[in-house]
Amino acid sequence: MLELRNVCFQVNEDNNEKEILKDINLTIDDRFVAITGPNGGGKSTLAKVIAGIVTPTSGQILLDGEDITGLSITERARKGISFAFQQPVRFKGLTVKDLITLAKGERISITEACSYLSEVGLCAKDYINREVNASLSGGELKRIEIAMIMARGTKLSLFDEPEAGIDLWSFNNLIRVFEGMHDKINGSIIIISHQERILNIADKIIVLANGEVTAQGTKEEVMPKLLASSEACATLMNKLA
Amino acid sequence: MDQLQKSMLEKIADLHEVPEGAYNIRYNGKTESRNTTANIDIVTKEDVQGIDIIVKPGTKNESLHIPVILAESGLNDMVYNDFIIGDDADITIVAGCGIHNCGVDTSKHEGIHTFHIGKNAKVKYIEKHYGEGEGTGENVLNPTTIIHIDEGGYMEMESTQIKGVDSTVRDTKADLKAGATLVIKEKIMTHGKQVAKTNFEVDLAGEDSSANVISRSVARDESEQVFYSKICGNNRCYGHTECDAILMDNAKVSAIPALDANNVDASLIHEAAIGKIAGEQLIKLMTLGLTEEEAEEQIINGFMK
Repeated sequence: MLELRNVCFQVNEDNNEKEILKDINLTIDDRFVAITGPNGGGKSTLAKVIAGIVTPTSGQILLDGEDITGLSITERARKGISFAFQQPVRFKGLTVKDLITLAKGERISITEACSYLSEVGLCAKDYINREVNASLSGGELKRIEIAMIMARGTKLSLFDEPEAGIDLWSFNNLIRVFEGMHDKINGSIIIISHQERILNIADKIIVLANGEVTAQGTKEEVMPKLLASSEACATLMNKLA
Repeated sequence: MDQLQKSMLEKIADLHEVPEGAYNIRYNGKTESRNTTANIDIVTKEDVQGIDIIVKPGTKNESLHIPVILAESGLNDMVYNDFIIGDDADITIVAGCGIHNCGVDTSKHEGIHTFHIGKNAKVKYIEKHYGEGEGTGENVLNPTTIIHIDEGGYMEMESTQIKGVDSTVRDTKADLKAGATLVIKEKIMTHGKQVAKTNFEVDLAGEDSSANVISRSVARDESEQVFYSKICGNNRCYGHTECDAILMDNAKVSAIPALDANNVDASLIHEAAIGKIAGEQLIKLMTLGLTEEEAEEQIINGFMK
């Protein structure tokens, strides 16, 4: 279970204090949670705060009751937090197998490494020895990023817009991947997404706008509000278009 | 072979015992052992230190090992090795020099290797440089490689210096005739107060000749590296040079690529990128549970692989 208590994050921009996250209070113990809301609303910052990449100005983060606010990225990863970046990182020289092995944290067989790739719709034998460099497309990198999270199999998996940069055909497969994860995973999945189909399979939807939680609940509770809010709706529709 | 020789051979030539095929092992400035085959002859030079290696035309699937080990502090070894590779031969040559310096004096090995690669011959040349020892004496390695490739010939040179060489100046000069190809892959890691200078000069003289010179390096601590690469396109040809360096601590790296196109059909490219490890690379690996130091090590090992 993940808890955020009074989490605030401010930055100083041109000598003006800007509040990116305003007193966020959340409890996440559902299996599949989607965070949505307009661009610039603080979603990615929230994910980075959970993963330890960004330190909140104030507030507390608890994982299974343990205060992890002061823990580093590495320590949180070892406690069971995984984070798939919105923009995956390229590495000259490291191969797909290297990254999947590092994600798993132990030596694994080629067959096992390939199984994670197959799950995200990549033909394993074509990719396993490829370098994770500029020769891979954005969509391929995103899928490798997701495969790494699956290889880790931790109790909390965070995905920042996994659908961004993935073509429509692959998107259908991706939905299937997340539906599958929903059934298999023991812990919680948090997905930042603008995609209605992802929101549809979520147990809980959290709407974050202007750094505040403006709505949360089941899709039946949240979706009508979301669509009624013209600003959020317009953004969402633009994203979907 | 004693333990020291064995361990050095493993480091510089991946050898666990005396190699198969032709070899010449040079130890403390003298030939320690040698083997020739029906197709590969090794002859000691009479005027200067060094050997002539003659590979018969058409020789296929053979290898040659010529490791050099210096285990005496203060030794100054200068060697001229000539490789005459017959037409249509296809051969792998593993060279390499290891210095084990326990003393206070500078140990130095200078190897001048000249390749004459025959028509349509194919050579893979692997060279590793390594230094170790508890002493304060410096380990100096200055390899010079001169390459002449005849029509349709091919040479791939892999040059690696990972550890323990305090000072190195590496000069490589090549000229290529029609249809000849040269591929150079250099890997260098410097640390401490080490200095590494690399000079490449490639003359693409023949029609449709091509060269690809790639250097990947990591400079740590107070070390300094200079990479100079010049490709001259004197005919219809293709040349590419690339220097990619990771900078750490207080190290310095200079990359000076030069292209000299003297023919309208010469196509020459250079690329150079120097910088520290990207923060997002470290963060990504840390989110997988690695510490910052472990992440750094993985990134460097991958980069230098």
